[in-house]
Amino acid sequence: MPDDSIARRDFLKGASAASASVALLSVPQTTPAKAADAPVGVQSRDSSAPAQAQGWLTLTMDEVSFFSAVADSMIPADELSASGTDCGIPVFIDRQLAGAWGAGARMYRAGPFHQGLPEQGYQLSLTPREYFAVGIRAANDWTRRTFGKEIDRLGPVERIAALKSMEDGSAQIVDIDPKEFFQRLLAITMEGFFSDPLYGGNRNKASWRMLGFPGLPATYADKIEEYRNKRYVAEPQSITDFS
Amino acid sequence: MAVKLKEVDAVVIGMGWAGAILARELTLAGLTVVGLERGPDRRPAEDFALPSIRDELKYQQRLELMSDNSIDTVTFRNRPDQLALPIRRWGAFLPGQGVGGTGNHWSAMHWRFLPEDFRLRTHLGERYGVNSIPATMSIQDWPLTYDELEPYYDRFDKVCGVSGKAGNLKGRKIEGGNVFEGARSNEYPNKPVAASEGGLMFGAAAGSLGYHPFPAPFSAASAAYKNLYGVTMGACQECGFCDRTACEANAKASAVTTIMPALRQEAKFELRTRIFASKLIYDRAAKRVTSVLYTDLKTGTEYEQPANLVVLSAFVFTNTHMLLHSGIGQPYDHATGKGVVGKNYCYQFEAGAAALFPDKELNPYMGSPGGGRMIDDFNGPNFDHTGLGFFGGGYFVAASGASPPIGGRYVPPGTPAWGSQWKRETVKWYYHSVRFNTQGSVYAHRDNYMDFDPVYKDALGRPLLRVTYNATDNDHAMSRYLLSKLEGIIKAMGPSHYEMRPRPKNFSVVPYQSTHNTGGTMMGSNSRNSVVNRYLQTWDAHNLFVMGASTYPQQHGYNPTGTLGALALWSADKIRTDYLKNPGPLVHA
Repeated sequence: MPDDSIARRDFLKGASAASASVALLSVPQTTPAKAADAPVGVQSRDSSAPAQAQGWLTLTMDEVSFFSAVADSMIPADELSASGTDCGIPVFIDRQLAGAWGAGARMYRAGPFHQGLPEQGYQLSLTPREYFAVGIRAANDWTRRTFGKEIDRLGPVERIAALKSMEDGSAQIVDIDPKEFFQRLLAITMEGFFSDPLYGGNRNKASWRMLGFPGLPATYADKIEEYRNKRYVAEPQSITDFS
Repeated sequence: MAVKLKEVDAVVIGMGWAGAILARELTLAGLTVVGLERGPDRRPAEDFALPSIRDELKYQQRLELMSDNSIDTVTFRNRPDQLALPIRRWGAFLPGQGVGGTGNHWSAMHWRFLPEDFRLRTHLGERYGVNSIPATMSIQDWPLTYDELEPYYDRFDKVCGVSGKAGNLKGRKIEGGNVFEGARSNEYPNKPVAASEGGLMFGAAAGSLGYHPFPAPFSAASAAYKNLYGVTMGACQECGFCDRTACEANAKASAVTTIMPALRQEAKFELRTRIFASKLIYDRAAKRVTSVLYTDLKTGTEYEQPANLVVLSAFVFTNTHMLLHSGIGQPYDHATGKGVVGKNYCYQFEAGAAALFPDKELNPYMGSPGGGRMIDDFNGPNFDHTGLGFFGGGYFVAASGASPPIGGRYVPPGTPAWGSQWKRETVKWYYHSVRFNTQGSVYAHRDNYMDFDPVYKDALGRPLLRVTYNATDNDHAMSRYLLSKLEGIIKAMGPSHYEMRPRPKNFSVVPYQSTHNTGGTMMGSNSRNSVVNRYLQTWDAHNLFVMGASTYPQQHGYNPTGTLGALALWSADKIRTDYLKNPGPLVHA
């Protein structure tokens, strides 16, 4: 059973790696350089929160902490990739929620509103931005009641337990369906991990390297027979590499 | 008050496949044609160019090419006794928007229905007895035959540069093609695109069990091709991004790659985009539509466009809604079963499977939907339904590749959805999955229909269309049977893991399943059983022609677009040869 302090150390170690790539890509960093210098194993919220984040478009500091903690639980740093945070997932989420999609563009938002049946799909007036704002507060309220802390301040074991209770629907989150909230968190986190780095996530094409996905230009008419039942390997290229 | 414009020969509402075909054919006949399109123009050289077109997040996940639910959507419920609620963002199906319509982002499976499909009720009665058809199953024969439509199927093949292999040339069965298909007058314009390894594995296993595998009929050119309208298409690049997005190579057929290049040069054609057509002005006494009312979304101005001929060629929902809102045709009344507008709404009952082959290297991002292999042994009339307890069927397809990473990863059932173990499994299996689908028919049921929603409104204040639909016991039984046969083939392929995915009891609008919505303005032999006649002319207004899958009496076990294009060409030919010379009803019944 790993203890909290080891994971916290990993989280902070990841933060220093993040600051290096952040400088290179000049995108907002999700965990501050200051945190990397903090004493290992410190559980204080101040040390792990992104106090020096550079220019978040829409997320509050509490929301950045929440999304960072979730991203690092869903995509932990290991031999296959850097952590979710170091892959830029909170930056991706910030941009998505600040943009047209997050603001509910092309979404029918007229009332009246009813809960509806599961077969009828999402029935709230809340935009994705608003939904996550409500969901994060409610989820943090629930972990404070249950574990005594916000999700980002929990140790890894409790944090994973909290996420699993959301995933299986047993979390007693007020007003928000825990399963649905979890699935939306999972979806936007995975989009941040696997989408083109153009959007601020998948930094250094970490997930594409992990999978062996070559990205662009994706013109395989001359390769499909040559690589029949043979693995094609190429240095992945992003939209940004052609722009 | 709407600004009244000068009369034109013809107005086309909706510039997708059918609208573009009619605009092209009518301008060739010398008519001046105005094309109205709700969405933007789509110009491949600007809008579908590298590198930006290779963006899975934008197109596949955020649905860039789909219609705008904030302006107009449908409400949905499973049963007539439920409260319908609006689809706030598309899920189960994805209607497109803009010039080219849903045809821009289709996966380009280009099929013909079987000869017996066109006489479905008669065929089932002959083969199994008329009493075998349940009273609630409101299927009916098409008012035209396969043989009548075949020349137009052939023409549409040549509009699209379809790639494939014939299995029945003028009645001669050809091994390696689909031996169940109706007789074709010509081979496909292009040879099949490269097969995926997963497709070949499926084909070998299916063949070993005595089934009849063949390459996908794919509406993309496998080599550069000059089409029927003189437009040159490029060759498929096997990019893997086909579905839900558009083609930078001008290889995948859509109205913008195969028809618009010719139409844009046509002096008699005028394209008006960002136009919200709201109503047809109907002269009931004269049985004519006099004009089209629309709002120009670029200026906010409302216009009335008089026209001699009106072609309604929008998506299934808009076609049905437009007739209801314009008071044309008798609305379907679920309580009494009378009326036809909105009747026989059908869907496509797709159910799939996935399997893993650790010893194969299946480059999951390469290839096209055309790299699949099919069997048609379990479609509609191709097998004996005696004692099975259902009617209908569908083709099977298997493929590997052509799936980018946000949506295209597969891990065995029971794998966590996140965390280090999920990562290890994702990497372990990424190169090794084959996916399967069964393209099941949906036979019409009296409880599945469309009408006006009593509560919700669109951006112009019109009532939304309400869709009442659930998967029927018949269709569930059909799908279970198909999956049981598919499972036998998958087992013969020798996977390390596999997963069959039957559909849940209730249809849900949440997970994507299929954009094959049909019915609502169906065609038939008289005005009591249909909205349009065999030439797609409405019984109630002789100068109004309705195009698209909304005219299907039911949905068969194939993708609908091949038939949609053929019907548009068939109707256009009749308009050109007969209607323009002598405007009036083309069928008296």
